[in-house]
Amino acid sequence: MWFNKLNINIAKTHLFAKKKQTIVASLGVTFGIAMFVLMISVMTGVNKILEETQLASTPHVRIYRDISNDRPSLLSQILGTEDWAVVHHQKPKDEPLNLRNGLLIARSLEADPRVLGVSPQLTSQVFFNYGPAQLSGILTGVDIEKEDLLYNVKGKVKSGSIEALLSSNDGILMGQGLANKMNVKSGDKVTVTTPRGDIVLLRVVGTFAMGIGQIDNVRCYANISTVQKVMQKDTRYITDIHVKLKELNQSLTAATEWQSRYGYRAEDWETANATILVSFTIRNMMTGVVVVTLLVVAGFGIYNIMNMTVYDKMKDIAILKATGFEGRDIIGVFISQAAFIGMMGAFAGMLIGLFLSYLVSRAPFDGGEFLSIDHFPVNFDVRFYVFGLVFGVLTTILAGYFPAKKASKIDPVSILRG
Amino acid sequence: MEKVLEAKKLNKFFNDPAPFQVLKDITFDVNKGEFLSIVGKSGCGKSTLLYLLSTMDTEYDGELYMAGTKLTGQSQNDLARFRSKHLGFVFQFHFLLPEFTVLQNVMIPALKLGERSKEEIEVKAIEKLKLLGMDEYAMKRSSKLSGGQQQRVAIARALINDPTIIMGDEPTGNLDKKNSELVFRIFKDLAEEFKQTIITVTHDPDFAEKSDRVIEMSDGQIIKGL
Ligand SMILES: Nc1ncnc2c1ncn2[C@@H]1O[C@H](COP(=O)(O)OP(=O)(O)OP(=O)(O)O)[C@@H](O)[C@H]1O
Ligand SMILES: [Mg+2]
Repeated sequence: MWFNKLNINIAKTHLFAKKKQTIVASLGVTFGIAMFVLMISVMTGVNKILEETQLASTPHVRIYRDISNDRPSLLSQILGTEDWAVVHHQKPKDEPLNLRNGLLIARSLEADPRVLGVSPQLTSQVFFNYGPAQLSGILTGVDIEKEDLLYNVKGKVKSGSIEALLSSNDGILMGQGLANKMNVKSGDKVTVTTPRGDIVLLRVVGTFAMGIGQIDNVRCYANISTVQKVMQKDTRYITDIHVKLKELNQSLTAATEWQSRYGYRAEDWETANATILVSFTIRNMMTGVVVVTLLVVAGFGIYNIMNMTVYDKMKDIAILKATGFEGRDIIGVFISQAAFIGMMGAFAGMLIGLFLSYLVSRAPFDGGEFLSIDHFPVNFDVRFYVFGLVFGVLTTILAGYFPAKKASKIDPVSILRG
Repeated sequence: MEKVLEAKKLNKFFNDPAPFQVLKDITFDVNKGEFLSIVGKSGCGKSTLLYLLSTMDTEYDGELYMAGTKLTGQSQNDLARFRSKHLGFVFQFHFLLPEFTVLQNVMIPALKLGERSKEEIEVKAIEKLKLLGMDEYAMKRSSKLSGGQQQRVAIARALINDPTIIMGDEPTGNLDKKNSELVFRIFKDLAEEFKQTIITVTHDPDFAEKSDRVIEMSDGQIIKGL
């Protein structure tokens, strides 16, 4: 009834009789949608890559032994009172930082249905001797296959392979930044000084780059047994358990639960990365504000255009009504026009947005030390395009509906009287 | 005689710029097949009255009946349907849809009414245009026509649905003597042969004189021809 053939034909004639006006109106929609697509793709692209690189190398829950200092002093233990005996600068007890039963805990965690992967590990500060200079680094002993499950190490390997690490007992997988600094390649041997002062010779079997300077410049992976040997510890010595969950947002509840169950500190992702999290929230909020502003501006632009399109045709509306057209026919005519303008404009806007996003994504961009990217990050998410299209078409139709509704109610004489 | 139009105590006010009564207690009947002319000085309210009769202006006091239906108080949409079926209208300032061709302009009211196929309507529209000597312009954009040509197209459009009543506000205002005669002949034939009722406002004394009945207005009142 609204969209019978006659009404659509009238709409068509209006659109094609004034091609320039139709194109200008569509361009208004095009511009809004193209800007929306470009902005949201670029902004979420940046957010996503930052979030991903951060998340990709962080455990959801990390279980370790905290250095505790709150034991009662020897003096007050002997005297049986805390009232007047004050011990300043009490040092922590010389207790090992390992998790007793660490491997057992790891195994029981693996049985938890919420858990995606568990990687027990031990880490040690070391110095890499590079000629006269000493570079500080961290030697992390891992089951590299489990670590891979958590952090996709395989995908981050730049040279060598993780298999090479598995089959050697003195091999290390070195962070790319560290390798560059020391000018070593796969196959080279490096001298390592442990905190106790021992010197060992290890072989570089590969290099990796997580994309985060903080890691790539200091970390080396080795087999757990290798690091245990370097540190002269027994084969059950584990200092950390990294856990990746299936759902990131379960990390706090899981951490709390495990802390009380195992008696070790279990730190969830959010607590460990509170500052990063705040910056994510702020960035996402900013993206939201920019996008909403953009859509509102685009919406008003579209509304203005459709308003003009309808008011431009006031005389025609009066004539149509005088010759027997009802209010809904008038609305049908203009909604058809709005739908056409909206679809043309939004589709073109989508394509232009895609093209501009592509150009931006090709633009060279140096992430520097912090991020290993060489092009601007752009998020090509189909949902943005679908949303842009739907928003463009719906807004245009609505923007056409309201003035058409108003126009459909006017008395034709008020216009025909002249 | 069968009454086709009845106006009872029509009063119309304009409030802008100052309260002002344009029509005062207009009461009259028109019979089926009658050819009626309304005359009067400029500004006496002829166009205003015709707009009321055409059902396009609904802000008035009094009652209006046409073709046996009470039109006062009906909804805009019902009135639009009534106009589509029963009324043909020629405006004082010939109003065609400028983006459409002459033929489309004539066809649109019939397409809207939807009682015939498109092919039939086209044949009929050409026929009406031929009647008014405008058939050779059928494919031309209506905005490209002269004033008189547009007026003749508007008359053809008013005839397309074979309306019960044809109303014209100075339908010959832009026409030369020869074409005025032509239009008069057409109206006369429609009234006599097809019993269609014609109500025209005119300033042309010859035109008025030759019609069946003349109503003269002055200052919003009918002073002669009841
Ligand atoms: N929209 C309006 N608002 C206020 N006054 C109006 C309006 N339209 C018309 N009038 C006044 O109403 C009176 C009648 O106008 P109308 O157009 O009916 O005259 P008319 O008899 O058709 O004149 P003409 O022969 O010049 O066409 C005039 O005095 C005019 O000024
Ligand atoms: Mg007039």
